[in-house]
Amino acid sequence: MAIYTKEEAKQIMEKALSFSTADACEINLNGSESGNIRYARNTVSTAGHRSNQTLVVQSNFGKKSGTATIDEFDDESLKKVVKRAEELAKLSPENPEFMEPLGPQTYDESITFSEATANITPEYRANVANSSIEPAAAKKVTAAGFFDDSSRFSAMLNSKGLFAYNKSTDSNFTVTMRSNDGTGSGWVSRDYNDISKFNAGEASKIAIDKALMSREAKAIEPGKYTVILEPAASIGLLGNMGRSLNARRADEGRSFMSKEGGGTKLGEKIVDERVNIWSNPLDPEVPTSTWNGQGQPLKKTSWIEKGAVKNLAYSRYWAEQKGVKPVPFPSNFIMQGGDASLEDLIKNTKKGILVTRLWYIRNVDPQTLLYTGLTRDGTFYIENGKIKHPIKNFRFNESPIIMLNNLETLGKQVRIDGNLVPYMKIRDFTFTSLSDAV
Amino acid sequence: MKRRDFVKYAGIGSGALMMPSLMMGNNIPVEALLNPGMDVAIKKKLADVALNTAKSMGASYADARIGRYLNQYVFTREDKVQNVVNTESFGIGIRVVANGTWGFASTNNVSDAGIKKATEQAIAIAKANSKIQKVPVKLAPVQSYGEVSWKTPIKKDFKNVPVSEKVDLLLSANAAALKNGANFVNSGLFMVNEQKYFASTEGSYIDQDVHRIWPTFTVTAIDRASNKFKSRQAMSAPMGMGYEYMDGLDSEKLEGPAGLRLYRGSYDMIEDATLAAKQAKERLTAKSVEAGKYDLVLEPNHLGLTIHESVGHPLELDRVLGYEANYAGTSFATLDKWKSKNFKYGSDIVNLVADKTQVGSLGAVGYDDEGVKTKQWDLVRNGILTNYQAIRDQVHMIDQNESHGCCYSQSWNDVQFQRMPNVSLEAGKEKYGVSDMIKDVEKGIYIAGRGSYSIDQQRYNFQFGGTAFYEIKNGEIVGMLDDVAYQSNTQEFWNSCAKICDKSDYRMFGSFFDGKGQPSQISAVSHGSSTTRFNNVNVINTGRTI
Repeated sequence: MAIYTKEEAKQIMEKALSFSTADACEINLNGSESGNIRYARNTVSTAGHRSNQTLVVQSNFGKKSGTATIDEFDDESLKKVVKRAEELAKLSPENPEFMEPLGPQTYDESITFSEATANITPEYRANVANSSIEPAAAKKVTAAGFFDDSSRFSAMLNSKGLFAYNKSTDSNFTVTMRSNDGTGSGWVSRDYNDISKFNAGEASKIAIDKALMSREAKAIEPGKYTVILEPAASIGLLGNMGRSLNARRADEGRSFMSKEGGGTKLGEKIVDERVNIWSNPLDPEVPTSTWNGQGQPLKKTSWIEKGAVKNLAYSRYWAEQKGVKPVPFPSNFIMQGGDASLEDLIKNTKKGILVTRLWYIRNVDPQTLLYTGLTRDGTFYIENGKIKHPIKNFRFNESPIIMLNNLETLGKQVRIDGNLVPYMKIRDFTFTSLSDAV
Repeated sequence: MKRRDFVKYAGIGSGALMMPSLMMGNNIPVEALLNPGMDVAIKKKLADVALNTAKSMGASYADARIGRYLNQYVFTREDKVQNVVNTESFGIGIRVVANGTWGFASTNNVSDAGIKKATEQAIAIAKANSKIQKVPVKLAPVQSYGEVSWKTPIKKDFKNVPVSEKVDLLLSANAAALKNGANFVNSGLFMVNEQKYFASTEGSYIDQDVHRIWPTFTVTAIDRASNKFKSRQAMSAPMGMGYEYMDGLDSEKLEGPAGLRLYRGSYDMIEDATLAAKQAKERLTAKSVEAGKYDLVLEPNHLGLTIHESVGHPLELDRVLGYEANYAGTSFATLDKWKSKNFKYGSDIVNLVADKTQVGSLGAVGYDDEGVKTKQWDLVRNGILTNYQAIRDQVHMIDQNESHGCCYSQSWNDVQFQRMPNVSLEAGKEKYGVSDMIKDVEKGIYIAGRGSYSIDQQRYNFQFGGTAFYEIKNGEIVGMLDDVAYQSNTQEFWNSCAKICDKSDYRMFGSFFDGKGQPSQISAVSHGSSTTRFNNVNVINTGRTI
């Protein structure tokens, strides 16, 4: 097994550190075991198993640093990798933005590991595939899906006395169901740290139902519509917004967070006041490691509070330049939801469009965070509180900032890609053209 | 390697250069790049361990790929070197067919014992999955080539060029951009050497040495008073060449309209950065486009991406058949359209060719990653859909018995599958240049370079931006435009293709990090074309206020 315990990892890294002659030395040790299965046309296509371990040494002399990596951990190999990192550091140009390694830190105990996920076998994966394929075939639907799972550990030790360790598991499942006549398509996604929460049959049924419901879609005119976005539809736009909350780019004047004449929009209200977004590595639904790759502790951090920007991410270097405390980038994204179920949202919509997911999302203008992309795998017209009929897919051109200013209703939160995102009803969402794609 | 690790390596935030898993590998000192690697005779012996183990455990087919992947990347911003990365990744991937089902496993433990264990894992996976397999794997026949080799025909190996020379070049380009009005510049140089050894139970032992290079930058100009920022991307193309691409030979330069300078088989980075700064600044005050229908004149370094998305991907047979349905999607170019022999993909002048042999292209290799000798073939001839891109286990589904030789894996660690070959638009036959084309346009837009791109999961509806836009009125370029994107439908668009410049304008665009598959893999592919005119295309205005 490639997964070391805290003690085993520490012992290897302490050994490596003992060979260091640099001003400072930082060591990362990571390992993973992962397996996957892929299926299409109602049969299995490819599957694989991967195992990997890496030890990374970063040595520095003043502001010169060098990095070397190795995957063997006997004394000779450890001696060799430390020597290589030091040789590279001596040859490197000075990096004016180099930051000294951090000293000892205190981390919260993470909740990211599940024994059940770590014990997944090839037979389990084959059963996941079969839980999609059999019910699909019975309904004249074709399944194409992918399931992968992994166990990982990561550990860090440096010459300033910092030590960190984390062990985690995760699993991801997606399946696309297409009606055999090619006119309907449905999709579902599930991801968990703990596989015991996963039910492949239940998830597959949702995608099968959507495939059957979305057959014979009608075209309606592009334009501005009220939309109900499932969490899988909004996460792409919200995630891009979250990753753009970068203080340095805002200060430099090349971000949607830059302010006219100089400075940033930190503290300003940019979206509807019901929007609250934070990150929290200890949320039991979406746990992450409690430290990042630089050894910084990760704590619950508010990003948008009552529609105003509460924090921007500051790297250690940029924080020092600006005389503020570093704010590490978030490891997950949690947006406050409301009580409304999807059914409630539909019931209270006079005219609107239900969107399962958005696809091929690309930035069009970083100035306004304008993105384009398309709806996919289940788009439905709602009239007088009911789903009336499936509609053809649309291309959209929209900014998450405009979208969150046009918020109508917040629904319940759902885990998607390691984040918690609510169902949302949005008015005036901009669709610019029709697509014939199913 | 995950994207976040890349960002750490590159020291640049999201929104700048985006490139995923090519960074995989162990960091090594620069001298180690020059290590010749394992001897071919030893590789053959090790590969035979995998093949013999697989056969003894009942495999009907097996292949082994021993790969050594050497990469060097240099990242800079303004006057600073952010990072110089040298990586080496070495290991073996073993693919088997047992009980009629594929199995794959890989390991970096390239010893007899490590290889045996990985082969056993691959067999175990194949056998577990065979219980739910509906149709057994059927492989198209392939010739046994014996022991052969192939090399990218390079003039200068990047591994022999000192890092200081590369750093100096990037910093000089950055300085030229800053001097000419840029506020920020990020530049990067990506160099790749794949040393691949392939062996299969069909009797081929193939040793290949593949080189690729990509110099690139993003120049940004800012006006704080109006709170605007605009960027211009490099006009370089990633190439299947050695470091000689950086020579900036005058003979490989083309004069574009509106003072643009364009490059063929040799790139002048300092000259391009100088012009980029001026053009990024000019874009700050450029006229915002009026939405409507325009005739588009598309420059090859722009058109390449449109070819990639609207021709390359939809004609991948695995997509057409549904194997990619859960990720990238399927295709509008269904088998019935191909079988009809009269599906008008484009206008009569549209000839699109698939190719794995073109010198200087990213896709060029001697043999693909399942031991098939590479070639060139037609996809669209005189506007009619004529063929797809297919590999050994799928080509029988279109009633052909010879693989097209376009199977690829990004590393020893990943299973090989069908990947896009170079897909190029043939040049126009009569003598006709870019200035002739512009003269013939009444109301149009000339678009150069790469920009935003998005297309649906069956490749009907697309939207593209660019990096430089110029308004054409009554046969002349009248000024720069901004906020331009065009939306169209693939078949409509290619049928609106009205004129193609001759071969003197022919150049290659490249995609260095094309993603496909689950788990996702990257590959590199070129798309050649000459400047081409498309009539009456819908242009939208992308300007917004937030």
